[in-house]
Amino acid sequence: MSRIDDKFAALRAVGRKAFVSYIMAGDRDYDTSLAVMQGLPGAGVDIIELGMPFTDPMADGGTIQLAGQRALEGGQTLVRTLDMVRSFRKTDTTTPIVFMGYYNPIYSRGVTRFLADAKEAGVDGLIVVDLPPEEDTELCLPAQAAGLNFIRLATPTTDDKRLPKVLSNTSGFVYYVSITGITGAAAAQAGDVGPEVARIKAQTDLPIIVGFGITTPEAARDIARVADGCVVGSAIVAKIAQGASVDEVLAFVAGLAEGAHSA
Amino acid sequence: MPDDLINSFMTGPDENGRFGDFGGRFVSETLMPLILELEAQYEFAKTDPTFWAEMDDLWKNYVGRPSPLYHAERLTTHLGGAKVYMKRDELNHTGAHKINNVLGQILLARRMGKSRIIAETGAGQHGVATATVCAKFGLKCIVYMGAHDVERQMPNVFRMRLLGAEVVPVTSGRGTLKDAMNDALRDWVTNVRDTFYCIGTVAGPHPYPAMVRDFQSIIGKETKEQMMQAEGRLPDTLIAAIGGGSNAMGLFYPFLNDASVGIIGVEAGGKGVDDRMEHCASLTGGRPGVLHGNRTYLLQDDDGQILEGFSISAGLDYPGIGPEHAWLHDIGRAKYVSITDVEALEAFQLCCKLEGIIPALEPSHALAHVMKIAPTLPADHLIVMNMCGRGDKDIFTVAKALNFDMKL
Repeated sequence: MSRIDDKFAALRAVGRKAFVSYIMAGDRDYDTSLAVMQGLPGAGVDIIELGMPFTDPMADGGTIQLAGQRALEGGQTLVRTLDMVRSFRKTDTTTPIVFMGYYNPIYSRGVTRFLADAKEAGVDGLIVVDLPPEEDTELCLPAQAAGLNFIRLATPTTDDKRLPKVLSNTSGFVYYVSITGITGAAAAQAGDVGPEVARIKAQTDLPIIVGFGITTPEAARDIARVADGCVVGSAIVAKIAQGASVDEVLAFVAGLAEGAHSA
Repeated sequence: MPDDLINSFMTGPDENGRFGDFGGRFVSETLMPLILELEAQYEFAKTDPTFWAEMDDLWKNYVGRPSPLYHAERLTTHLGGAKVYMKRDELNHTGAHKINNVLGQILLARRMGKSRIIAETGAGQHGVATATVCAKFGLKCIVYMGAHDVERQMPNVFRMRLLGAEVVPVTSGRGTLKDAMNDALRDWVTNVRDTFYCIGTVAGPHPYPAMVRDFQSIIGKETKEQMMQAEGRLPDTLIAAIGGGSNAMGLFYPFLNDASVGIIGVEAGGKGVDDRMEHCASLTGGRPGVLHGNRTYLLQDDDGQILEGFSISAGLDYPGIGPEHAWLHDIGRAKYVSITDVEALEAFQLCCKLEGIIPALEPSHALAHVMKIAPTLPADHLIVMNMCGRGDKDIFTVAKALNFDMKL
């Protein structure tokens, strides 16, 4: 059982939907992002997605791309992102942490070395956008062997025929990308998402978390209602970009969490 | 070399889109189903005579193929060594080799029922070719171009607009080809159902590197026949410039199994290949990584962050290189060198004066390497350099570099 499995078991026991939040490691700077991260569980966040900055985030919109640029300009590296997790784990040993990003910084560090570091630092899962099942031998299989969950994205273009391939070697949860598009783009409609979640649920027992396009507590509630939970990223990152204080960011997150938890 | 080993040079990629360890399909899940569909369509078209009949007709009557194989007599005399031939792909409709590939991809897009075409462009040649073919077939065309490139390639921007394309300047990153490719991929992810991404070089996720190579291989096939007619034998050395590497792959591929033929790719050395990284020489100055759907040699820092390249030539200004070149480099079948901006500018001017051909800055790099090696080779040594584009688009850049005032 991973921290992620434990978290979903605990949520199920009290009949609650999961609220997952994304922030970019090192944005606006290392200390700010660590302070926000440390405050997320208190604001109601069940699972933390921590973005690993990359120069060429092909599946992300401007909000997250700029966050990555700010982080890189501030000297953020994969090594420092791992350090952030170690600092966080000194005071929180239960909140699951999922690294989200692109393959090249991991490949550049070396998969074996990265997985050992991530496990030791207290990372629980990985979402790597540019590794479809066709490339499972690169990182997915080694990650599972190292005891990390590999969380796959399913999308509106993942048809029923392809779905088993996407679901195989997936663990922790399934991240359903509610739109064909990039992060921070068009909003997802709960009416469209519900049948899609049901379609995936017919083929897996894993929890289905829905993301992309959710910006308000109401939307978080509506989407969480038709799934096992929801993810908010760009809307939180945009707050950080606007110069909001750590407390203001956490208050905004608390509102979103409340929305999701009221589902 | 045993026959089976020689034959292996032309069998790539494998079913996973790999050339050795390079290539692959490193894309988001949203794009995966489409890429698999494209692969199936291409595999079908490849052996479909009606597809190639249509291509041959368009190549002949619309592009003006075959392009001549031209003996550059005065250049040969001037260099005083090897006999230099130019494969004149700059005479193609739209002024470069890019249209060879665009026609193939647009025919596939039509077969797949896609009505909206997107493309990335650096120098603007691929954008112009895509806009041209889209105009011919009445397809909507959107071209992503780095803001920096928009500025230095204004004539091509205007051409694309005249042809009915929408040109989107990309301001992220440093505003060059890499950033344009990111934004094209973002568009594709968003509009995946009706949109076809027409990639201009032998890079990107499988099947693009193989597909673009196959469409560009007409260059090498013609060269082989023309050289047999002109000299009764194969050339000794092939030389082509490399950004992503499509003109080079097109020339090289049909010769890969001809062990007597030496193959040289010329990367953009910018201000010089050293630790300041003001160049675009991925093979000579980079290391393997994953970007834009494939594993290949990339300019990157210790953290795996992609570095911006630098070159006077917008068409070579890309931090990666096609995965098949990475493989040919690693197994030693092809040799890769770099040429600086200064050397390319010298070659550009020499070609104008000696041959009456204004070359693009991209093939000027190849020509600069010809100038280096031809004098050291005997008169019966046959060199073919790929004159893959004409220089009309570059005259403003060159004027600036030579301090010539273009204002009237």
